[in-house]
Amino acid sequence: MKQLISFVKKEFNHILRDRRTMLVLFGMPVVQLIIFGFAITTEVRNAKIAILDNSKDGITQKLITRIESTEYFDVEHSIVSDQQIEEAFKSGKIKLAVVFQPNFQNELSHSNKAQIQIIADATDPNQATTLTNYISAVVMDYQNELIELNKPPLTIETELRMLYNPQLKGAYISVPGVMALILLLVSAMMTSISVVKEKELGTMEILLVSPMKPWLVIISKAIPYFILSIVNVITILLLSVLLLDMPINGSLFLLISMTILYILCALSLGLLISTVTNSQLAAMLISLVGLMLPVVMLSGYAFPIANMPDALQLLANFSPAKWFIIIIKNVMIKGVGIERIWKEMLVISGMTLIFILISIKRFKIRLQ
Amino acid sequence: MNNEIVIKTDKLTKKFGDFTAVDEISFEVYKGEIFGFLGANGAGKTTAMKMLIGISKPTSGAASISGFDVYKQTEQIKKNIGYMSQKFSLYEDLTIMENIELFGGIYGLSYVEIKARGKNLIDKLNLQNESDKLVESLPLGWKQKLAFGLAILHNPQIVFLDEPTSGVDPITRRQFWDMIYEASHKGITVFVTTHYMDEAEYCNRICILVDGEIKALDSPEGLKRKLEAKSIDEVFVMLARSAKRTE
Amino acid sequence: MRALKFLLKKEFIQIFRNKLILRMIFVVPVVQLIILPLAVNYEIRNINLSVVDLDHSEYSRKLLDKVTSTGYFQLTDFSDTYKKALKAVEEDKADLIITIPQGFERDLIRDSKAKIMIVANAISGQTAGLAVTYSNSIIREFNNEIRTEWIQMPRMNARPVIEITNSNWFNPAMNYKFYFVPGILALLVTIVGFLLTSLNIVKEKEAGTIEQLNVTPIRKYQFILGKLIPFWILGLVILTIGFFVSYIVYGIVPAGSYLLIYLFAAVYLIALLGFGLFTSTFAETQQQAMFISYFCMMIFILLGGLFAPIENMPDWAQALTYINPVSYFIEVMRMIVLKGSGFIELLKHFGIIVLFAISFNALAIWNYKKTT
Repeated sequence: MKQLISFVKKEFNHILRDRRTMLVLFGMPVVQLIIFGFAITTEVRNAKIAILDNSKDGITQKLITRIESTEYFDVEHSIVSDQQIEEAFKSGKIKLAVVFQPNFQNELSHSNKAQIQIIADATDPNQATTLTNYISAVVMDYQNELIELNKPPLTIETELRMLYNPQLKGAYISVPGVMALILLLVSAMMTSISVVKEKELGTMEILLVSPMKPWLVIISKAIPYFILSIVNVITILLLSVLLLDMPINGSLFLLISMTILYILCALSLGLLISTVTNSQLAAMLISLVGLMLPVVMLSGYAFPIANMPDALQLLANFSPAKWFIIIIKNVMIKGVGIERIWKEMLVISGMTLIFILISIKRFKIRLQ
Repeated sequence: MNNEIVIKTDKLTKKFGDFTAVDEISFEVYKGEIFGFLGANGAGKTTAMKMLIGISKPTSGAASISGFDVYKQTEQIKKNIGYMSQKFSLYEDLTIMENIELFGGIYGLSYVEIKARGKNLIDKLNLQNESDKLVESLPLGWKQKLAFGLAILHNPQIVFLDEPTSGVDPITRRQFWDMIYEASHKGITVFVTTHYMDEAEYCNRICILVDGEIKALDSPEGLKRKLEAKSIDEVFVMLARSAKRTE
Repeated sequence: MRALKFLLKKEFIQIFRNKLILRMIFVVPVVQLIILPLAVNYEIRNINLSVVDLDHSEYSRKLLDKVTSTGYFQLTDFSDTYKKALKAVEEDKADLIITIPQGFERDLIRDSKAKIMIVANAISGQTAGLAVTYSNSIIREFNNEIRTEWIQMPRMNARPVIEITNSNWFNPAMNYKFYFVPGILALLVTIVGFLLTSLNIVKEKEAGTIEQLNVTPIRKYQFILGKLIPFWILGLVILTIGFFVSYIVYGIVPAGSYLLIYLFAAVYLIALLGFGLFTSTFAETQQQAMFISYFCMMIFILLGGLFAPIENMPDWAQALTYINPVSYFIEVMRMIVLKGSGFIELLKHFGIIVLFAISFNALAIWNYKKTT
């Protein structure tokens, strides 16, 4: 036991002495949460548009004022011709252009029909659709008022309820993703790198010939990262609750114990990586490409999962992060108990066991 | 040996904050000499050497290498010296021949010269069959000998060796010193740091560094006579007893 | 200059000898270009739908048929109470509930007004928003059908109508992949230019070989060029592989000129390499270099507009994108590939990227001198 403590101490010294890595390890979750919580949003805001008013009458003026008064759009007044629109699109100055036909008001009052053309920069189809819809909505509203028909007959009204996240905050999906990612980074990547580094430097052999049991050596390498992970979890949870107004609807105890299980799984994955690689660079690349990419892609915080190809969704099943994210969402947001997440828990436990067994086997082969 | 001075320092000092790593050392090294720099770990040997080879700026004092000033003429100094660091620092993922070509090329040797001298070096080290193998596959002793051979490939005036034989077996160490003698015979001045006392006996003159200061400078025989000691080991223990810095 | 030749040769031998780097250089672009665009698809289909039909009328059945026939929704649960449907959401079996209350058809005809309740699982706000938009538009359409069934047409036509025509320029098929692929190409160039350079230099530090080079007569600029040129070439090679893959897989051919793209990429790479060099001066070990670069890249990329439009970001985040070289390059790639923008339109971007290249490299050289 004494040996173990002194070994853990040595590991801690290595880690804590490396200020730069520490800064990254603790800065990363904070920065990611802030970026995902506040910066990344698909909500349209101040989109630059041009309005080409070929009629300049009362109605078009009114419509333009309406468009300008929404917070969605920023009208570039300098653009007054067709050529300018094309140039503005090509230089990225505007995302959308609204063109009113000549004699707009006349046409509307005499032939009951007038035209507006909406030209969108569809390089980003999503943004284009959203912007077009917003403009259309403004126009439709105005038209309805014009008709003075407040209540059309036979109306089906829809009543809307957003479960769990009524304000549609991005944090609800990014927090579980960031958590899964950071814990993998700290536990799996750092552990594998630190073990492989000892291999590279040849100090691993020194440790292995010491009277300490090999598995104790390994455990002592994992303990500091385990503790760092816990610190990170606490930071993330505090930030989520205090800064991002996330609820913890389920039991905190359940949340923490599931997180510990996931950390153990990530640690054993780190050990497994360290038994199959011999260079730090390889360990990093495997962790980065093999672990991070699936998490980023499949956690749903960057892209919705629902419509991914089946093959990818199938592949995602092999990533512990997927199951962890399900657990976190369920416990933290839906507030369910263990009876809803035991299946996911079993999957992660099973994975952990398999990782450890393979590691031990490979470790033994190497020692012989 | 002649009396042409190739290294001259005057009160050379290096401080890191409050810590004085090298404290006003002054000495001269003559052409063709094997000059040993002795000291315990942390005595300031490597720091002193780094100032001489122009990769660390002195805090105060003066020094010249082959007549070039260590403050202003580091680029000229680099052309005239060879260096082998404590840590093996050839490219492990290049072959022996590729390393030779690289360093030869950097020092401006022509392809013909690189080829001739490279072959010479490989023959001397008996590495004919390994010349296309990656350096990482060589045993440490061979690596060290190769590193030395590369440090003098361009026939520098002075070669600086920083604890070149640490971790090497006695037979290889013997062979290594044979190479040093050979270089010295060719007129290359050898400046070597070591903490092996038996190696100090091989030097023409030795300088003992304790806590960044020069405690003694003479030929091994001269030192033994002066302090009435049987071996350099004994000399060193007498002088280093007062040391405050140890690792 | 001759020494530089030897350094370059050495660098290329090392790169080509390292199987891992080689694999990364050739496999990663292919995999990223093929997998990422598949994963990134904001047009959501097959949303799991739970239906609670308490009316069991002709209209309710018609509406549900309409909803399920669009392809946006997949009926996974049919509950007889709202409570049961809620449970389905809790168990992740459904993400949207449409509840048709008892008396829906009757109310609609008698009172000219009826209600439908839509409940969405909003943990992913984005998915929920889209699901609600889809279902609303389907219901509106259904509503219109019923109206035309009941109300005489002439009255409708007498009202003024503003006709809105849409045109979607540069990507009329509204294919999200066309938008995403140029961004990934920019990402690839960034990863190679930045990560590999800083790792490579730090590796020499760790191995001590950099000290050996420092005592040789090679000049600092030779050493730096010896490092930058190989990765500069590598970056352009990867870009070329990337374009090849995107042509084969997605049929993407830039609307603008290749020459312009390569001009930008060349300058951009110089900027990035300088930044990689700069970070390498802060790191002593490969592990540190990896972490520092990973950290910087993460911020650069997330705020670079690859996933979410920069215009939507809050002001402080937008201010950060002004000093983010990645955001300029992603934008340039999209503009040239999709819009065919020319040099004149991109003059501002070019100036800024040149500025980045100069300042990063100046910073790197200044810092590099200081530390060695």
